Amino acid sequence: MPSIPYEHGLILAAILFVCGLIGVLTRRNIVFILMSLEIMLNACGLAFVVGSARWGHADGQIMFLMILTLAAAEVAVGLGLIIQMYRRFHTVDISVLSEMKG
Amino acid sequence: MLEWIGLLPAFPLAGFLALVLTRGNLPRRIAGVIGVGSIGLSFLLAILISIEFLGSGLESHTQLLWTWMSVGSFTPGFSFYLDGLTVVMLLIISGIGFLIHLYSTGFMADDPGFARFFSYMNLFVASMLVLVLADNLVLLYLGWEGVGLCSYLLIGFWYDNPANGYAARKAFVVTRVGDTSMAIGLFLLFQQLGTLNIQEIMTLAPQQWSEGSGVVVAASALLLGGAVGKSAQLPLQTWLPDAMAGPTPISALIHAATMVTAGVYLIARTHVLFELAPSVQLLVAFVGLATLLMAGFTALTQRDIKRILAYSTVSQIGYMFLALGVGAWSAAIFHLMTHAFFKALLFLASGTVILSLHHEHDIFRMGGMRKKLPVAFWSFVIGSAALTALPFTSGFYSKDAILLAALEQPQYGTLLWLGGVLGAFLTAIYSFRLVFVAFFGEDHTQDAPAHHSHDHAHDDHHHGPVREITGFVMAAPLVILAVLSLVGGFIHVPVDSVFGVHEEHHASTLVHGFMIAVPIVGVLISYLLYSGAPQGRGLQQWLKSVRESAGGGALMRFFFSGWGMDKLYDFLFVRPFIALAQLNRRDLVDQFYGLLVELARIGNRAIVLTQTGYLRWYAISLIGGLVLVIGIGVWA
Repeated sequence: MPSIPYEHGLILAAILFVCGLIGVLTRRNIVFILMSLEIMLNACGLAFVVGSARWGHADGQIMFLMILTLAAAEVAVGLGLIIQMYRRFHTVDISVLSEMKG
Repeated sequence: MLEWIGLLPAFPLAGFLALVLTRGNLPRRIAGVIGVGSIGLSFLLAILISIEFLGSGLESHTQLLWTWMSVGSFTPGFSFYLDGLTVVMLLIISGIGFLIHLYSTGFMADDPGFARFFSYMNLFVASMLVLVLADNLVLLYLGWEGVGLCSYLLIGFWYDNPANGYAARKAFVVTRVGDTSMAIGLFLLFQQLGTLNIQEIMTLAPQQWSEGSGVVVAASALLLGGAVGKSAQLPLQTWLPDAMAGPTPISALIHAATMVTAGVYLIARTHVLFELAPSVQLLVAFVGLATLLMAGFTALTQRDIKRILAYSTVSQIGYMFLALGVGAWSAAIFHLMTHAFFKALLFLASGTVILSLHHEHDIFRMGGMRKKLPVAFWSFVIGSAALTALPFTSGFYSKDAILLAALEQPQYGTLLWLGGVLGAFLTAIYSFRLVFVAFFGEDHTQDAPAHHSHDHAHDDHHHGPVREITGFVMAAPLVILAVLSLVGGFIHVPVDSVFGVHEEHHASTLVHGFMIAVPIVGVLISYLLYSGAPQGRGLQQWLKSVRESAGGGALMRFFFSGWGMDKLYDFLFVRPFIALAQLNRRDLVDQFYGLLVELARIGNRAIVLTQTGYLRWYAISLIGGLVLVIGIGVWA
């Protein structure tokens, strides 16, 4: 099976990461921010998998499994917070929650 | 009995603790019983101990209770020493203390701070007993500071009047000056002799030092500084007249009979040091002489009944210092005792007068009280007679002994004697001025106030009818003290073995006659001047013209202000100190720390700007930081 060059995989991961980052920075809806975060996490996961394939080492894949679990937990907490936020402020716009400014 | 000596201060101390720990919640009756009873027990024990001591041939006795601290060779203990001098002091303190406590239950009956008053009084008696029982100077210093503390607390007893608080602070600070000098004296003695045990010092000092050597002069001068502060002698006498702000029984107990004579006790206790330093001993005599004359002139012009007595106390302690200065140790202690009798009597009687006249202190607003206040009147007559040293009263014998001893002083004998006699003359005039003005003549109690009396306790000057306030508890101490003032001169003070000399003074009949005549003449002059007697009209006119002339008036004001000492000290010490404090308020060190605070504040303001509350700002700064770190890692 012809292997995909690992550079391609890393470039894809970088593109995905930047996409996620732009989403986090520009979006105001907190649900989209959370989704963008997921994309960033998965970009990292992809980079790990590519690395593990390149060096024939299982560590990267195990790390990806860990990131997966972590992401699941993070989403659970994040969604809970979003529900609370919506209950309290009746909005999902993150810029409304800026009263912590100094 | 002698092994029970440790209980003497323990009773009052227990009374103090009982009254303090219940925080004034005890019923007055019980508080009074504890307060008076504890001193009564001490007095009984003191009597039993004295009887055993006198019966056992005046053997001195030391009792070590426990070692206080042990640092190398420095092991001062809670150990008590008993000899003739201690016995005299014990009986004065516990006996007169008991009478004054008893009197106070009547005097303070309506005061809201009844239990607090007795707790302080008990603590005072405990401290004073420790002071006189101590066998080492460290323990003595503990008692010394303890009585100073109680004096402060009791002068400011009516603390809601700021003037009383000021008087208390003044007393505390001024005596502190003397105490500092005394502490340095103790350091010097320990550094030189390696011990602070009084008896060891008394035996070591003559072996170690020759007469008049520098160290012993310095040590005794420093101790004299402490004595001068506590006993209100020149130049530290200014606190005592203001100390009259306290309740009158306090003035009787602390500021007349016991605490202020602690300086006399200290010098008598360490008399060997003073004998080794003749120059300092002469200084003691002249300090006493100057003080007794100054206070005598001041007392002549005072209007406040308690201030007259206060200046007379200063003056009488001046006599004791004079006696110490000429080496008449037992005469000094004798006068200490008789003075305790008659001055306590006078103060307690003045308390009765003040209470009966609704807190009136000005003698020129009394007048004619002879009939209305008979108990106070007779107390005053007897007390003043003893104070004036009229023949056969107690004061006569003690003052006689002092003046004869002064006359025998080899260098300045005549000068000291003449000064003392002049002082006795002044004493006669001012003490009977008080009697004639307050108790004879017309009743002035309903007159408009001439000037505001500044150290009364309460501001309610409602002048109801004058009614003498005496119950058994207030009259009995007066009667006992009056009897003691009359016959106290026949008591023999058993201190010859302490000082190692038996003092016997002889003088010609002429000298004796002169010394008897002077006070009597003084009383007569006082009668002519102040009783409004028709025979004295010429003298009264003369006094009036002196008072109204410019020079005479200025002199009177000068005397009235206590020779301007308060103003002088205010100018010399208080104002420069306050100015310095003001200057130091913006001190350099503080400026530096102020700068640090200011820097932190600026930094805070700058960084607060970055905290916008917007999530994307934080995310961007996170990413920016990440990029920066990776960039540095890759290219650097």
